[in-house]
Amino acid sequence: MATTHRATTHRAAAARRPWGVAPTGLLLLGAIYCLFPVLWVLIAATKSPGELFTTSTLAFGTGFADNVSQLFAYRDGVFWLWAANTLVYAGGGALLSTAVSAISGYALAKFRFPGRNLIFNLLIGGILVPAVVLAIPQYLLFSKVGLADTYWAVLLPQILHPYSIYLARIYATAAIPDSLLEAGRIDGATEWRLMYRVALPLMVPGMVTIFLFQFVAIWNNFLLPFIMLGDDGKFPLTVGLFTLLQSGANQPSLYNLILTGAFLSLVPLIALFLTMQRYWKTDLSSGAVK
Amino acid sequence: MNKSGRGAWPYLFLTPAIVLFTLFLAVPIGYTVWLATRRTKVSGLGLGRGARKEVFVGFDNFSAALSDPELWHGWLRVLGYGTLVLVVMLGLALLFALLLDSARARLARFSRIAIFLPYAVPGVAATLLWGFLYLPSLSPIRDVLDVDFLGASTVTYSMANVAVWGGTGFNMLVLYTTLRAIPRDLYEAARLDGASELQVALRVKIPILTPAIILTTVFSIIATIQVFTEPTTLRPLTNTISSTWSPLMKVYRDAFVTGDLYSAAATSIVIAAISLVLSFGFLRVVRGRAFGEG
Repeated sequence: MATTHRATTHRAAAARRPWGVAPTGLLLLGAIYCLFPVLWVLIAATKSPGELFTTSTLAFGTGFADNVSQLFAYRDGVFWLWAANTLVYAGGGALLSTAVSAISGYALAKFRFPGRNLIFNLLIGGILVPAVVLAIPQYLLFSKVGLADTYWAVLLPQILHPYSIYLARIYATAAIPDSLLEAGRIDGATEWRLMYRVALPLMVPGMVTIFLFQFVAIWNNFLLPFIMLGDDGKFPLTVGLFTLLQSGANQPSLYNLILTGAFLSLVPLIALFLTMQRYWKTDLSSGAVK
Repeated sequence: MNKSGRGAWPYLFLTPAIVLFTLFLAVPIGYTVWLATRRTKVSGLGLGRGARKEVFVGFDNFSAALSDPELWHGWLRVLGYGTLVLVVMLGLALLFALLLDSARARLARFSRIAIFLPYAVPGVAATLLWGFLYLPSLSPIRDVLDVDFLGASTVTYSMANVAVWGGTGFNMLVLYTTLRAIPRDLYEAARLDGASELQVALRVKIPILTPAIILTTVFSIIATIQVFTEPTTLRPLTNTISSTWSPLMKVYRDAFVTGDLYSAAATSIVIAAISLVLSFGFLRVVRGRAFGEG
């Protein structure tokens, strides 16, 4: 793996140089600033409603299990439903999005055909369209066909992701040798077969990256589900947490519920984030992960 | 690259993207424009069938949107908030990326992961965490600093802090990835000439980073103009944020609370136009990138 090799030589070079207190100190300050709220919510989620306002703000409490069972009992376990919905939206949406982006990127990278640049520029132009211009008419159009307030209304608009198509095209250009496609064509393979037997397997590392970024983007989206959904049984965690906060902001007795909900909603993403470290690449042109 | 287009295949592969583009981008944009140029006209007492009619009003909604004082206040608030966020967030992102890339920082991997971590926290959750950290009854920060984070004069800074916290890591990663792709001998040459780490950063690294900085700036501008989640989520915790705090909040209110779709459509087009004007530099940056073929 080229990156490891480079990192090792880099580390070896770094070891020879004196290390600076200032750069290390500044980075650690940044790290503390970024970790602090997450650690604080972990502590706050362990406190019973009483402890929340009486014990030291940075001491663990004894109420975590109670908080969790209270949260799961909240309105007949609606929190579980929100978590499941979020998985459906983020998982399903990111899978479909990755498939569409990869196939489109491959076609745009490896074929020449009339209108190629026009199609690419149109699709990429989508990056510049703010979500706000789309959300309201999308809602109205979904209403017209009777699909507002359904899973489809949240899932479908998030499949097309222009930036992912752009990344997939860069990746396909770098990862798929033309000679391989030519050899396949000489052997009489159909274009369909070449796509899913040759091109897509070579694009897998890039596709994992696209999937992760889309998964996080859909998981974190608030505006679209907030506009599309009225029935809280279909809410994702973001909208669910918001309604929880809205109903509980004036009732300090509900704070422990809100904080526990916020903490639990962070756990899956942070776990995904830490386990998939090597795929968080913002630059797919370098051939990425080997 | 073969010369022939292989017939219909590329078009077939692009069909899903084109269908989705048409349904969820082109048609909604067209519909927004159509709505923005119309109004409901009430004739007589507004009773009975045909008393309410949708009529074409041209640019009336746009001029109404542009002369709406409430919306202007929203723009001014977002301008202040956005400037603060962009300068601090991108400044920190650049600083951290350069520090990570400097040979003299220890614990770089830990810091990189920690600073990138908030990227995995949804905006609603981030605002909720900080919102509770701002509350006097709960806040460990208030134990040390006696500041009212949710007052009329401070709430913008508190909100900007949430955006900076959430966005610095991603931008840092973009810049850091760009730096890692630069051949090391470029700096070695500068170091042999006696340049200090700081001089290398300022004279060699920052010029190379310029396109990436422009790119992250453009994306951040587009995101900041549309600020909605943070003020909306913070509202239940303070009475200093109005329902029209940002332009996008006003669009939401017009469309879904007061039911004035026409004005909402016109305002959203104004927001889009401002984003477009500001982000026009983006395509020029992208166009400079080679795709391996023309």
